[in-house]
Amino acid sequence: MDKKTLRNLIVSVVIGGFLGFFALRGLFGGGFLGGIVGAILGAGIVYLIAYLLSLFPKLASFLANNIVTVIFVAFVLLGFMVTKEITLKNYIEQLFESVFRNSFLLLSLIIPVIAGLGMNFGIVIGAISAQLALILVRWFDIPSTLGFVACIVASTPLAMLFGWLTGKLYNNTRGQEMIAGLIVSYFASGIYLFILLFAVGGIIPVAAKGAILKEVLTRTQRNLLNPLGVGIRVSVDLGSLKYSLDGIWRLPFVTFTIIAAVGFLAWLVIQYMRKKKNPSLGKSNLLLTIAGSIVCVFFVIISAIVLITKNATYMALRPAPMATIIVIALLAVATNFLLKTKLGQDFRSVGQSQQIARVSGINVDRTRILATVISTVLAAWGMLIFLQNIGTLGTYTQHSQIGMFAVASMLVGGATTSKAAVKNAFIGVLLFQSMFILSPAMGRALFGNPLYGENFRTFMVYGVIAIALGLYIWRGLKAAKNKVEE
Amino acid sequence: MTETKKSFNLFSYINMGTIIIAGFLVLIVAMGTVFGKIPLSMMLNDCITRFGRNGVLVLAMLPAIQSGTGPNFGLPVGIMCGLLAECIAIENNFFGLGFLLVSVVLAIGIASIVGYGYGKLMNSVKGSEMTIATYVGFASVGLMNLVWVSTLFRSDKMAWFLGEGLRTTIQLDQVNANLILDNFLAFKLGAHITIPTGTLLVVFVLCYALYLFFRSKSGVAIAASGANPMFARAAGLHVDNNRIIASILTTVLAALGIIIYGQSFGYVQLYDAPMMMAFPTVAAILIGGATAQRAKVFHVILGAFIFNSMLATSLPVINRMVAGTDAAVLTDVIRQVVQNGIILYALMQVRGGNR
Repeated sequence: MDKKTLRNLIVSVVIGGFLGFFALRGLFGGGFLGGIVGAILGAGIVYLIAYLLSLFPKLASFLANNIVTVIFVAFVLLGFMVTKEITLKNYIEQLFESVFRNSFLLLSLIIPVIAGLGMNFGIVIGAISAQLALILVRWFDIPSTLGFVACIVASTPLAMLFGWLTGKLYNNTRGQEMIAGLIVSYFASGIYLFILLFAVGGIIPVAAKGAILKEVLTRTQRNLLNPLGVGIRVSVDLGSLKYSLDGIWRLPFVTFTIIAAVGFLAWLVIQYMRKKKNPSLGKSNLLLTIAGSIVCVFFVIISAIVLITKNATYMALRPAPMATIIVIALLAVATNFLLKTKLGQDFRSVGQSQQIARVSGINVDRTRILATVISTVLAAWGMLIFLQNIGTLGTYTQHSQIGMFAVASMLVGGATTSKAAVKNAFIGVLLFQSMFILSPAMGRALFGNPLYGENFRTFMVYGVIAIALGLYIWRGLKAAKNKVEE
Repeated sequence: MTETKKSFNLFSYINMGTIIIAGFLVLIVAMGTVFGKIPLSMMLNDCITRFGRNGVLVLAMLPAIQSGTGPNFGLPVGIMCGLLAECIAIENNFFGLGFLLVSVVLAIGIASIVGYGYGKLMNSVKGSEMTIATYVGFASVGLMNLVWVSTLFRSDKMAWFLGEGLRTTIQLDQVNANLILDNFLAFKLGAHITIPTGTLLVVFVLCYALYLFFRSKSGVAIAASGANPMFARAAGLHVDNNRIIASILTTVLAALGIIIYGQSFGYVQLYDAPMMMAFPTVAAILIGGATAQRAKVFHVILGAFIFNSMLATSLPVINRMVAGTDAAVLTDVIRQVVQNGIILYALMQVRGGNR
């Protein structure tokens, strides 16, 4: 038995045994004996899969390169198999609500990756600017769509300023941008907390001294402040700002599905044609185009059937927020467009090698700052879209998780610290949010305790970041070592 | 990078950050005694207790920094080993000194194995150790949460009264182990000061042990591998092995650190409590004057004392000084700003990977 077979055997016994033990014990209530049978079965299955994969080295290396995505796909499939309490309608509704809510934020991560800054954990600072703007707008009580526009206007200069400072910091912590981004987000949160908890009303006067708040301030303003007049409340109701973007134009979900599927189909065909005509744009892949087209046609047919039969369940799906979807689509197109311009080329060359970029006359520091500013501003806008969908602002907590979740989603979608594209964002948000929805129900189904699912979910967020980043760096180092040895 | 040769002065030994934070501390204490009318001895007592409680955790940073992996942001990995050891000891009905000894022995055992793996991991992500370590630390907390909610442990002392899984905090007085080290040879100085002799002894003994270790042959080798890996390799040192030894050391110290922390605090905190523990600990050693690449035992002691004193004194002082605000929250906000500010400052001093 050679070394590789032995390694495969050990890995499959460990992984398959572990999973099988719990799967069979949980699924059929088989007790310890059932667990053992499950472990043996699981080990066998995993070993068989490993063996089959070794017959197709190309497929195996593809899977190995996208291991995090593969794990998530497997997880979601398993989730569908074991959970019964989440209906398809429920799942679709929850999934797309969070996809529309999060996509814009995710897209804000792309440009820093291309400019060689890695995953920008500092987008939390963009979220902070958005929240400050939102509180200001609520203070002056600007309603609905106008209020949303006011939020955008107010948050942009803030985000630009903070983004510029963050960019400066990244230039001073070269090679450690990601940990610096994480720490600076904690640092900024501290200052933000200080301003909103103590400075508002404490240092910045909100009313004349000694005045009775009730007489000086409007009702919305009083609802914003803590009863004593110092600090903003823990949770701020957004009033008419809720759905101020989502609600502009809504279409039945099924109609949206048809439009999206047809649009995607058209895009696939156009891409294929363009690439075929001009091979310098990239390799055209007939098989993938056909597969994609079939999926699109499938969705069109399903939606059409629902429309014609007026299926009560699926017609009742929450209508799609078209304005938000258009904004997201515009950003996706704009990002791709920007990357083709001179500035986009600069981002790329700085991302590849700062030294070469400098030699060829690019102002490296300025380019990196610009990338950070763009990312921070986009994150601020993304946070506004996120919040107008939620409807309440958790003043002191909402921003803190944003960076972590966005980065984890992006990595699940197949992005790395040096390569990210629009498609990674969309794949990532779909898979990651699916995991989020299914996880508690899976915990209940497999172990009889939803707590397992919830804790597993938190573990996955951090684990994904650690594994995806770690694997990528490890591969890079290995490649560099091999190069030296050659 | 050009470095001018300085003649010996105090500033080459104690850096600017230390002086600023120390000045801040003096200001707080002065305000507390003058305006807040809090007895100085009372504040000093808090400072000493807090120093003893956190000392070993801060010490755990030393081997990691010296070996070149940077401050150990993956501290929760070690902490988890310590917590697991404590839970096993409680599960098997150990009491008092027995509990302490069993959990220490177990912690060293578990942390050595985990530390080896952790070192291997750190070797495979050279250049980005701090980022990866942070997330490995977070993930280890998430992973252990799954263990805490499981039915692995069944002792009444730890489980919820209803339902499955362990409680979020486990009182150590149930096993007669709260303050077990703090009370060892403890004596009173005046009305307010109680010296936790046992804990301080452990901290200083471990500090001295590390001081000796870094003067020994293998300690010097580790420091050399951290200072200049290329040169160390050329000189025939096994850089990777040295980094693994340092990882084992830092993990074991973190595991011991949380046991000492727990007995002084009186509780074993499970679940998400250790998630953010790495950051104040990193800040403490940096405030002591360490950089992300070089540290001394002196920095550990100075930093642990100044930073923890700042935290311990600011709460009562703010409580007296600023009426109408939540002093605990304000203290926490100040901690967050100071701690992360100092880490950012240290990150800016790291020689850049200018690709």
